[in-house]
Amino acid sequence: MRPGRTRTIKVDALARVEGEGALRVRVRAGRVEEVQLRIYEPPRFFEALLRGRDFREAVDIVARICGICPWAYQMSAAQAMEDACGVEVSAPLRALRRLVYCGEWIESHALHVYLLHAPDFLGYDSAVDMARDHPEAVQRGLELKKVGNLVMSHVAGRSVHPVNARVGGFYRVPGREELRDLVGPLRRARDLAVETVRWVSTFPFPDFEQQVPYVALRHPTEYPILEGKIASTDGLEIEVQDYDRHFVEVQVPHSNALHSLTRDGRPYGVGPLARFNLNFPGLPEALQSLAREVGTIPPCRNPFRSIVVRSLEMVYACEEALRLVEAWEPPAEPAVPVVPREATGYGCTEAPRGILYHRYRIGADGIIQEARIVPPTSQNQRPMEEDLRAFVQGHLDLPRDELTWRCEQVVRNYDPCISCATHFLRLEVDEG
Amino acid sequence: MKVLVVGVGNRDRGDDAVGLHVAEAARAALPENVAVRQVTAPVGLLELWEGYDAVYVVDAAMGGGAPGTVYRLDVTEVPLPASVRTVSTHGLGLAQVVELGRSLGRLPRRLVVYGVEVAAVDLGFALTSAVRAGVERAARQLSSEILEILGEGRECTSTGS
Repeated sequence: MRPGRTRTIKVDALARVEGEGALRVRVRAGRVEEVQLRIYEPPRFFEALLRGRDFREAVDIVARICGICPWAYQMSAAQAMEDACGVEVSAPLRALRRLVYCGEWIESHALHVYLLHAPDFLGYDSAVDMARDHPEAVQRGLELKKVGNLVMSHVAGRSVHPVNARVGGFYRVPGREELRDLVGPLRRARDLAVETVRWVSTFPFPDFEQQVPYVALRHPTEYPILEGKIASTDGLEIEVQDYDRHFVEVQVPHSNALHSLTRDGRPYGVGPLARFNLNFPGLPEALQSLAREVGTIPPCRNPFRSIVVRSLEMVYACEEALRLVEAWEPPAEPAVPVVPREATGYGCTEAPRGILYHRYRIGADGIIQEARIVPPTSQNQRPMEEDLRAFVQGHLDLPRDELTWRCEQVVRNYDPCISCATHFLRLEVDEG
Repeated sequence: MKVLVVGVGNRDRGDDAVGLHVAEAARAALPENVAVRQVTAPVGLLELWEGYDAVYVVDAAMGGGAPGTVYRLDVTEVPLPASVRTVSTHGLGLAQVVELGRSLGRLPRRLVVYGVEVAAVDLGFALTSAVRAGVERAARQLSSEILEILGEGRECTSTGS
């Protein structure tokens, strides 16, 4: 690029992301001046419409926030309500929730790895074009997604907006034999996921390192999905109920989704890379070896390599689901009783795209007085913009079309779920 | 011969629901052995139509015609024309799913798309009146085509119509 020129890179409608967004990068005289990821999908007001509803209804209302990761929303909400009511679900019910969550990781990661992300690395505009040359790969992705959906619908009634979750547990739990039906498909899926890891590891990855700290749940004995402390690569380790003391959401004019920052105004990243970097020892030994074999080990700070980490997590989710199915002993009751009390409850789980935080204040009558939901894509917006800024600054010599295409990839590295992230900040007018 | 009718659409997005309504209206005129399904997004179609010989997908469309205009597009051999865009709120659109199926060898022997031109797809609204009139027309055309191919017996493997 000639010095002194102004250049604007615009992508008016991002393809291969969940939801509707655009991005804008302004370059002046060889310097990146401004980067905006614009999420123009309208806000959806879920937090407002939860107010005034019974605390038991939240689990089904929030399932509607996302068709890809509804179980994550249901689990963060159920946990928060159980926390408010001072109830803990029994170990088998926790195991069953984790099983469905594994299904959701498999279907969500398979969709992103194969249909949305892989075409970027192989130089195709879409999975449809990629399927002409790599039909066996796309077939593998569809099969993996199908098994993820099967795990969900088998236990939770259906894979999109499941119907079997409730505060305190489930409406119905499956018998031993019923879950055994999943063993065959899960074994097959595990093999396909291992193939996926090897396949994506051969992709060309640009040299790129991001600087933001990562934040994920951390658990002393397992790879975190449903529980753990909130930890960061900067050394933070806090209880879930302290989330609001350390992180804030701010509104920016160019996006309908709030941006999350640390209290002192710094961005942070969530999702597969964050989980992987903070919880590598929680992965089974064989999976750690596979990660070493394909050359992706912590610290991994290259967001383009998230496709490898997502694939490793798919293997993990298949193996964990198999373990849970084989160990399944149905409890006598599908749920523990929950009586509302006046309290605030907190929940945080690892959605496929990163930590999903819920907070609810309920009254003694069980009516929700306040709701707060912080989805992963809100938290990842600022790191996406930081990545765009750094990537464009380092690649101004690329032809315009290629640079624009690369910018889209930088966003897709995060598997952003824009529909989940759009909600509205309450307006406070200070007339003092 | 196994026949499937799939309506695609979202009930809470105005005319986007037209495919669902056409599928419902056609069901009444069709024999019981014709399967009728309704889905919100086309992404699951490859699995849904597995094992069927003839599949009719009904979706909301934007092709430049007056609202309620019915398009009939045989995509067994050729992609959906670029001039007619089907409306999809999320993920893979109908045209992409059809082409994905073609690349993977997962298309039924006969695949026909019925599109109905939309007027408005706003959140929380019902069908507009112009499009409601199109529902009847599309359902009649669709059900008579299916009754005809069922009557054709063995000749149904031919893809022309």
